[in-house]
Amino acid sequence: MKVAITGMGIISSIGNTVEENFHSLVSLKTGLSTISNIETIHKDIIKVGEIKLTNEQLAEQLNLPSDNNYSRTALLGAIAAKQAVENAKISDMNAYKSGLISATSVGGMDMTEKYYYEYFENEACQKYITSHDIGDNSQKIANCIGLKGMVTTISTACSSAANAIMLGARLIQSGELDRIVVGGTDALAKFTINGFKTLMILSDDYNAPFDNNRKGLNLGEAAAFLVLESETIVKNENKEVLAYVTGFGNANDAFHQTASSENGDGAFLAMNKAFKMAKIQPSEIDYINAHGTATPNNDLSEGRAIIRIFGENVPDFSSTKPFTGHTLAAAAGIEAVYSVLALQNNVVYPNLNFKTNMEEFNLTPQLTLKEKEIHHVLSNSFGFGGNCSTLIFSKN
Amino acid sequence: MEALKQELKSKIIEVLNLEDIAIEDINDNDPLFGDGLGLDSIDALELIVLLDKEYGIRLADPKQGKAIFESIETMAAYIAENRTK
Amino acid sequence: MGCVSSQDTYETSFLESVEINTTENIVYAKQPSYKELIPPAAARRMAKGVKMGIAASTKALKEANVEVPDAIITGTGMGCIEDSEKFLKALIDNNEEYLTPTNFIQSTHNTVGAQIALGLGCKGYNFTYVNGSISFESALLDAKLQLENEEENTILVGAADETSSHTMELFKLVNIIKKESDLPYSVLDSNSSGVVYSEGATFVTLENVKKENSYAVLEALQIQNELNIDEVESFITSFLDKNHLKIQDIDVVVLGNNGDINFDTYYTAVGSLFDQIPQVYYKHLCGEFNTASAFGFWVAASILKNQAIPKVVKMNSIEKATFSKVLLYNQFQGKDHSLVLLSKC
Repeated sequence: MKVAITGMGIISSIGNTVEENFHSLVSLKTGLSTISNIETIHKDIIKVGEIKLTNEQLAEQLNLPSDNNYSRTALLGAIAAKQAVENAKISDMNAYKSGLISATSVGGMDMTEKYYYEYFENEACQKYITSHDIGDNSQKIANCIGLKGMVTTISTACSSAANAIMLGARLIQSGELDRIVVGGTDALAKFTINGFKTLMILSDDYNAPFDNNRKGLNLGEAAAFLVLESETIVKNENKEVLAYVTGFGNANDAFHQTASSENGDGAFLAMNKAFKMAKIQPSEIDYINAHGTATPNNDLSEGRAIIRIFGENVPDFSSTKPFTGHTLAAAAGIEAVYSVLALQNNVVYPNLNFKTNMEEFNLTPQLTLKEKEIHHVLSNSFGFGGNCSTLIFSKN
Repeated sequence: MEALKQELKSKIIEVLNLEDIAIEDINDNDPLFGDGLGLDSIDALELIVLLDKEYGIRLADPKQGKAIFESIETMAAYIAENRTK
Repeated sequence: MGCVSSQDTYETSFLESVEINTTENIVYAKQPSYKELIPPAAARRMAKGVKMGIAASTKALKEANVEVPDAIITGTGMGCIEDSEKFLKALIDNNEEYLTPTNFIQSTHNTVGAQIALGLGCKGYNFTYVNGSISFESALLDAKLQLENEEENTILVGAADETSSHTMELFKLVNIIKKESDLPYSVLDSNSSGVVYSEGATFVTLENVKKENSYAVLEALQIQNELNIDEVESFITSFLDKNHLKIQDIDVVVLGNNGDINFDTYYTAVGSLFDQIPQVYYKHLCGEFNTASAFGFWVAASILKNQAIPKVVKMNSIEKATFSKVLLYNQFQGKDHSLVLLSKC
């Protein structure tokens, strides 16, 4: 497996472009804050990774007419996808067999929850009824990048974007498509904020992954897309390759609808599959971008799985969720961008907010920004429904 | 106290959608979690909301629930002592 | 294969007892008995879609004599909207207080696939596709790629969609669903826009070996996000070309006509390309919903297995003695076009 990444785009609470995101990471600047865009009773209590732009401002960036019916999820997705396509220097999206695989869990829920009852009284807002649908959101992103081809969406909760990247790589490797835009997008919504609150895994503080006193996660919103292209295109158009997708694996924990198994079976299986496909040894991984949501359950489960794979020799690892919050279906997408940036710039990001080692094992994440030669990065993303995904990115 | 226990059994069946179970099937001292009624961690969260909504008791830490929800007996005792509704 | 739908399709022989609906604009699935299939501790949290998915997948695995598949790949258009709605309504009505987690956790779109995996203890690959009317076809494509690469040998593929009251009311508001004034409803003789909405689940076990009771072979498929009506012909001919076939090589065509006069024109156009062969339709039986094409897939596969087309699904009167290649075409409101090619075992 070796599929070229030729472009990336991202918008998150730590930056509206790839450069801005990278700058925040290396300046240790978090994007977590209290909510300003949404009216919720939890406004002053929880911290979130919110993008401080209104829907109107996002629509303006895309030159959309004022009567558009884009959900916030679609707006963010379109911005990131357009950036990626531009970054890959694509002038005619349909010059080759092309596709888009997006990922989202929220879809147009941000609008549905706003107009739940109003739909019946006010005709003007009815245009958002069809925007709830996940497929509609992806179609809008496809429209914004001028794509006419294969468009589909994956929704497997927090592992969604990783799975989109996997399918994309598969389609390029098999020759089914020559070019594919893959990634994910999720906007903040009362639905998800309240949903996670009922599970009592939202922290009222800044999330501290792998810390013994971690209190839970902070939600975030973001969108990120990669452009994957075949060897043929890379040669014919002399494309600059940013990095390669060299391995991946998806497995199911089959333990519980939301909790991960104690020994991280699903995570272990996913990582194993990824190594098998990449044909590299665990010792060759230079950096792990962990899922690390800072929930009591995930970090324990993921930590155990990491130890099962790497034994005594766990490489430098960190979770970047203290920077961006947990951006749900977009998480694996933004973390893919961060993984590629790590490869390009030979840098390991710190795991912010960490103070105390977990009692259960001896794992200390990387605490400072570290410069070193990086050839292979492993990125984990685990979602509800026991969905465990691992991606391996490589320099050559 | 008897009335509270009966009320609890009825509410638990309703909130947790235990379709096949009747009030008479639940004994006061049967374990609710694990072996007895077979409830799990998600049900525990549901019961925490039940405490708040019906009896005005707010648990800050979900781990407190373990002792409180051991049986109908322990639940009723805790509610009787701490209810604000 | 296993199919739960608004018809009696779960336990009966292929289409042996069907009822044609002309009076309801929403038709609900006939629910099988779940007591023997799902333990009560799990069933109490499940909405219709999950239960239908479990029922259909259990049947599909049983028929294929497979205990646990290597992978589970599902498609759904709207996901678990019953739970979604319950949580959202409670959120809004109670101003974000006293909310409980069950509806939230059951509302994630991959719940059907996840619950099937949980029930079987299947730790393999598990993806869920959510993209309108090509959700099922996306799942098929993924499965096909993996079987061809020999990454897996046995894959459970399927689709499930459920209706729920609030969403149906919203669909009525914007005429996705036919109005009461459009009665009586008909798919082929329609003079109104909108569709009769329904729900259901269809699952199929795909393997890379032929078995004695196999239905058909999945040869090829293609998905396209949008097409103008004048682009459909070349979409089809280039698909057939790619698979070294010509229009004359197709023996039966299965079309997704749904009675929406604004968009059934696509099917008319395709029908005219294949006017020398038997044409089949099915949404007058199963209604329209994002993954209704899975029902069509079940119909097509069954036709190939039985080598007979039941009268109730015939769109024209052309007969053929045997069929080897069946082509399915589906789209919704000019988007989410799919072509699926099946052939006789």
